[in-house]
Amino acid sequence: MPVYLDNNATTALDPRVLDAMLPFLKDIHGNPSSVHRYGRLTRNAVEHARMQVAQLVAASPEQVIFTSGGTEANNLAILGSLSNKQPSQLAISAIEHASVTEPARTLTRQGWELDYINVDADGRLDEDSFRSTVSDQTALLSVMLANNETGSLQPVQELAQQLADKQLLFHSDASQVAGKLAINFTDLGIDMMTLSSHKFYGPQGAGALIAKRSIELEPVIHGGGQERGLRNGTENIPAIVGFGAAAELARLELEQNSQHSEILKQQLLSELNRIQGLTLFSQLHESLPNTIQFALENFDGEALLMYLDKQGIAVSSGSACHSQAGAPSHVLLAMGVSPELAKNAIRVSFGKNNQTDDVSVFIKALKEITLSSPQSMCAG
Amino acid sequence: MSDIKLPIYFDYSATTPVDQRVADAMIQCMTVDGNFGNPASRSHAFGWNSEEAVETARGHVAALINADPREIVWTSGATESDNLAIKGVAHFYKKNGKHIITCKTEHKAVLDTCRQLEREGYEVTYLDPEPSGLIDHNKLKDAMRDDTILVSIMHVNNEIGIIQDIAAIGELCRERKIIFHVDAAQSAGKVDIDLQQMKVDLMSFSAHKIYGPKGIGALYVRRKPRIRLEAQIHGGGHERGMRSGTLATHQIVGMGEAFRIAKQEMQTENDRIMKLRNRLWNGFKDMEEVYLNGDFEHRTAGNLNVSFNFVEGESLIMALKDIAVSSGSACTSASLEPSYVLRALGRSDELAHSSLRFTIGRYTTEAEIDYTIELVKRAVNKLRDLSPLWDMFKEGIDLNSVEWAAH
Repeated sequence: MPVYLDNNATTALDPRVLDAMLPFLKDIHGNPSSVHRYGRLTRNAVEHARMQVAQLVAASPEQVIFTSGGTEANNLAILGSLSNKQPSQLAISAIEHASVTEPARTLTRQGWELDYINVDADGRLDEDSFRSTVSDQTALLSVMLANNETGSLQPVQELAQQLADKQLLFHSDASQVAGKLAINFTDLGIDMMTLSSHKFYGPQGAGALIAKRSIELEPVIHGGGQERGLRNGTENIPAIVGFGAAAELARLELEQNSQHSEILKQQLLSELNRIQGLTLFSQLHESLPNTIQFALENFDGEALLMYLDKQGIAVSSGSACHSQAGAPSHVLLAMGVSPELAKNAIRVSFGKNNQTDDVSVFIKALKEITLSSPQSMCAG
Repeated sequence: MSDIKLPIYFDYSATTPVDQRVADAMIQCMTVDGNFGNPASRSHAFGWNSEEAVETARGHVAALINADPREIVWTSGATESDNLAIKGVAHFYKKNGKHIITCKTEHKAVLDTCRQLEREGYEVTYLDPEPSGLIDHNKLKDAMRDDTILVSIMHVNNEIGIIQDIAAIGELCRERKIIFHVDAAQSAGKVDIDLQQMKVDLMSFSAHKIYGPKGIGALYVRRKPRIRLEAQIHGGGHERGMRSGTLATHQIVGMGEAFRIAKQEMQTENDRIMKLRNRLWNGFKDMEEVYLNGDFEHRTAGNLNVSFNFVEGESLIMALKDIAVSSGSACTSASLEPSYVLRALGRSDELAHSSLRFTIGRYTTEAEIDYTIELVKRAVNKLRDLSPLWDMFKEGIDLNSVEWAAH
């Protein structure tokens, strides 16, 4: 049985979520914009899911805008809130996911100035850099709630408090936090927040932007008027229903899932600490209860991943979306990690389906390889 | 009649049920015992297996339309495909010109996108269709200019089922080196599409209109001659940078399966559906003051759009609780405006208001058709009995000559 330790890339759908989705894949097939009974049943289902998603993050249902996923929600937050404004400056952290960085970069072609806020060696936002980057000219600030590669938590709520008297819009990508730690959108004090269903045992193809109603957003996708005109196109009913069901389960089982991951994480950490020449990233400050990223000196990350895959162990170097590039992680480089070491990075991300045995299997495979020479592994 | 499940679904152009075979294929790609991986994960078998499933599905979609799989870009649906095609071309080729041609009967996904481009400084010509719903190619030619960069014309209209001659329009565009986009959300699986033959550069597809899942679509982007696009959703660089975002494996697999089935069964299914549609029309056409909207010949097998004069469409829908029909497209049916499509054909407000769209599909039966004919006839007659306008019409009063007093 293969061991899946890549739950930050995607999670397996919870069977109970599938059960919630099945009626909408099989029998209830209406278009929510239709006025007949089939249409109304799906409309009600969308509104129920909206409430479930809102409850997960202590937002109100009317703040939930359904999208096709986290990437689209991040695009809507950044492009949608700025495209109608006079270009000024926007600031994002240096460790954002590409779905924040790339829309921000496209705005520079329209005259926007884009500045990056540095992180410290532990991967946490640097206060000095923050103060020198964010000013009265800043129209939008985007800082993720936790990083997908290192798991480091960012001081979003503290920053929001400091900015309380500023006009700027504050967005946070919470894709990796939802379902792992409690989130309270209202208490965070931010304006917009991104969620992704498939990161917490919901289906792929659904996400949401949580946005205060006072924010003027332009749609990224036009036509049809769905989601108050902010996200057009026929709603993906089964996925939205699944997203809602997953959100409810995540809320009810948050404590137990979080503790479960934390136990596995601590178990793995104690083993990793015994391996020579191993560097752990982002373990000084608070981090996600399920994520560990490390690198082995002299062990090429790609080769190690391939070796582990042959042993039936699925991990990654960092972001799935960057897996093709082969370049060292921008997150680790921003932390001041050398490119050589960054290329060796391995990320382990636990989920609720993992067991203690999975840690043992992983450690056994890792120890076998570290006891052999790097050269022999590459040759093999 | 006891075997008929009510309400009877006659709204296949709004959305279709997912075919059982499609649902089965999707379920294989969701839970822990299936292909649940992220297709972008390059470091393990979970990712590779999902990627393989995605590529197989891409092949199925390409096969139905005789395209190269590398010309298929996954999106979240036809609305997003239309947005990506139109804005993507307009933004990429803006140095070549800022003029776009489309038609007044296009779907909102095209029209609203064009409106947005107008706000950005582009100029858009909205062609009037002929009363049949077809576009006069000479009028299209006359609208083409040196700075025209894009023509966007739908293959099959969602409300009236009219099939445009996109092969001929493609020739006109190619001669003038104008990029041609076609919204084929309503035609894939219903009308033959051969992109080796048709000079179409971009084509939008939806899965949930042909028994696939909602939330997934595709954009065909021609490789030769190569069409370039500016991405509209930015991020991890999926789909060769044209559309970022984690690929939803189960939805893509569902779309692939739906397209595979469509290729296999389209011909026999069309014959069966056309017989049912004609049976329905034959049941209505001898009623008084009944009008077919749009050309009868150049129309998809499953569409029947009829106006019952002197009956208000919304009241008729309310009186027909046992059947699920629409009085226009789903996307505008929540509003009480008369259909802009029928208005563009030159229909009066009254006739546009009294229209019903019946769309027939894979699971429609003959018994349902016969039941519906009787039901509609009864409802129309009952509503007309209550209508003073109908009385006046029957008394021979020309309603157009009546001067209505304001109250």
